[in-house]
Amino acid sequence: MKYLDEYRDGKLAQKVVNEIRKVQTRPWVIMEVCGGQTHSIVKHGIDFLLPEGIELVHGPGCPVCVTPLEMIDKAHAIARQQEVIFCSFGDMLRVPGSEGDLFSIKSQGGDVRIVYSPLDCIKIARANPDKMVVFFAIGFETTAPANAMLVWRAHQEGIKNVSVLVSHVLVPPAISFILDSSQNRVQGFLGPGHVCTIVGYSDYEPIAERYHVPIVITGFEPLDLLQGTLMTVRLLEAGRNVVENQYARVLGREGNRAAQKLVEDVFEVSDRKWRGVGNIPASGLQLRSQFREHDAERLFDVGEIDTKEPEICISGQILRGIKKPHDCTAFGTLCTPQNPLGATMVSAEGSCAAYYTYGRHLKKEPELVSIAAPSPGGAA
Amino acid sequence: MCLAIPGRVIEQFERQGMRMARVQFGGIVREACLEYVPDAQIGQYVLVHVGFAISVVDEEEARRTYELLEQMDQLSELDAPEVDEARAGGKPQ
Repeated sequence: MKYLDEYRDGKLAQKVVNEIRKVQTRPWVIMEVCGGQTHSIVKHGIDFLLPEGIELVHGPGCPVCVTPLEMIDKAHAIARQQEVIFCSFGDMLRVPGSEGDLFSIKSQGGDVRIVYSPLDCIKIARANPDKMVVFFAIGFETTAPANAMLVWRAHQEGIKNVSVLVSHVLVPPAISFILDSSQNRVQGFLGPGHVCTIVGYSDYEPIAERYHVPIVITGFEPLDLLQGTLMTVRLLEAGRNVVENQYARVLGREGNRAAQKLVEDVFEVSDRKWRGVGNIPASGLQLRSQFREHDAERLFDVGEIDTKEPEICISGQILRGIKKPHDCTAFGTLCTPQNPLGATMVSAEGSCAAYYTYGRHLKKEPELVSIAAPSPGGAA
Repeated sequence: MCLAIPGRVIEQFERQGMRMARVQFGGIVREACLEYVPDAQIGQYVLVHVGFAISVVDEEEARRTYELLEQMDQLSELDAPEVDEARAGGKPQ
């Protein structure tokens, strides 16, 4: 497929790896922020290709992972109600709450539906005027415009039986939170390409300056990730704490103004709790008060929800790049994608789930493949 | 979750006041909302996330990035020893 296949070229990947090897003079720890990037890195073995001393650690950018357990329990309590059609993106359906998941609620007679787009909820609401259609509006800045459009259209068209359960989070406060920690190891970032497609990257410039870290906004294909890593290593070696854009074919510094405008009209910034991490001030979005008639949290009183996370889980440290999946004694034994104990295992984009999916629970130390080393006969 | 896929706009239409398109991804065609990319034209590639086009792919930038990658390491290739065809024998690769 155009704009995908050409960024998966193995020979070019080797060239970029060789270039990183030439540029690098010392070890560096780089975090990719987005869960989609984590998944791509583990799937394609990018971290194994990199020269020794370039370590990729995996950030908190999987929205399914960081949705708090009590929010999932709240969603389930709403989905169990007779008058509700509960709609969600597919990756939320297998996430276990304190009692079962959305699939088990569906199997017990609940009307739970997977939607391709939030706008599908409008069609479902029109076809079912006697039901309340509740959409689980989760995601980062990338997804906020789509969810905002659902609320805006429902409001404009007077469709009263559409509501949203909002659990939206924002990337820059999470990056600051990681860098504020005394345990922080991260020295540079591969910034989230699709988040910045919406918001641009001017908000990342003060972070780079304040915390003295380079940030390279990066795409999702193997060559994007390798080139983003090369650009980050160059900036680290030169001591330049600036923001650069590897993903210029998709985004510019200002982002998508039309999308930003609607998000600002519908949502306002709020404090949010991140699963495994805790409360981060001004790190999320909530509905503005004029849209409260579409706010599922207000419409459904599901009572007090008390949750308890397993103590053995270290996902909070993994999400901040302090530890990796193999540092956890439960990884691949007590904790698997079928029986996840915490944030980083509940979604395919969580780093523990990605490590497990691609067989990294089977062997602690991967065998390094010689593809990354320049051959005696010269470069390929 | 933040997955977004490039596809080609093959048809534009309006539905209930919203700009929509049919977008081709390899062999699959799906609908996408164009409200956030008002300048998107038929034939252009857009990046689609949960049914919304969020960006028009800049073909010139895509080509430039790719060329930059292709040119990388060229100097070190010049360092590689020359292969003597007569002595190497066999068919040229």
